[in-house]
Amino acid sequence: MNMQRIIFAALLGFSGAALAEGGMLQRDCSVCHNITGPAAQTLIVAFAKKGPDLFYAGNKYRQEWLISWLQKPGWIRPAGIYYGDHIKTGVKSDEIDASTLKDHVALSKADATKVAHELMELKPHDDLIAKEKIEPGTISKQMGEMAFDKFLGCIACHLIEPEYGGLSGPELYTAAKRLQPEFIASFIRSPQAWEPKSWMPNKHVSDGNIQKMVSYLQVLSKEAANAK
Amino acid sequence: MPNKLLLVILLAIFSIQAQAKETAADNYKAYCVQCHGMAGNGKGVNIRDMSVMPRDHTDAKAMSGRSDETLFKVIKEGGPSIDKSILMPPWGETLSDEEIKDLVQLLRMLCKCKFGT
Repeated sequence: MNMQRIIFAALLGFSGAALAEGGMLQRDCSVCHNITGPAAQTLIVAFAKKGPDLFYAGNKYRQEWLISWLQKPGWIRPAGIYYGDHIKTGVKSDEIDASTLKDHVALSKADATKVAHELMELKPHDDLIAKEKIEPGTISKQMGEMAFDKFLGCIACHLIEPEYGGLSGPELYTAAKRLQPEFIASFIRSPQAWEPKSWMPNKHVSDGNIQKMVSYLQVLSKEAANAK
Repeated sequence: MPNKLLLVILLAIFSIQAQAKETAADNYKAYCVQCHGMAGNGKGVNIRDMSVMPRDHTDAKAMSGRSDETLFKVIKEGGPSIDKSILMPPWGETLSDEEIKDLVQLLRMLCKCKFGT
């Protein structure tokens, strides 16, 4: 028992030193982001989120995009993390109340690189990622949009152009630049496997359509008009 | 905005329910408001480019044309399950059956109507 305690204490001391060295993620990012998990299990916790969960960042993001975005951050979710905190009654419909949205702090290149590296180490969901096999394939923008819009209804909540689509979810014309393809596939398959209280429903999208959507998002992100 | 006031009152009433499951008020705020609107009037923040507008939950005439079973089914299985729009997604993997039943009751309070009346 004593030996176990000693090992435990030693491990704690080791991880403490690692955290102190990591620094920024724990000290600054954790104010608004969940960097330890688990994901919100209740709506009260989900409503209070100020930024996306980062405890599975290494399973989710593309490192080069993180480095770039952290230096020049912009809004990805037009209505914030919980859209209900950032909307107001408008003339034709509820509207985004931009005055309630706060900008993300911009980091220096050195800090962005360091933080991105730390984030990429956070990979608790390798199991979910391993279930996805991305098949190389292409889809025309027109066919992709038809599936996205008419057959799957994703357009309800997501922008596929800066000025076209729904606003409560994250913009998707930059998704393939931001996200690993296996994460995109896994999240479409079951948002609840990642975030039990996600605003995104599980639409029981077929394997074939998941592949199509991954391809379509790649097509969208390559368009010059969507460069960001 | 009487509808909005009514919604606020209804949400307050439903918030008092037990915590073992999410309240209908919180589930409505989390999942329904994005399309059906803060006032439940079908004018959510997402509707600008929609080909089919979301149901106005305060419309007694339209809502009384749907049975509780139909409302349960469309929440759980999505629009196409009752021959309606794909834009209404299935929430069966998000909400428990009990939570969906509670939402149906919240809808009945919003529309101040029952099936067939």
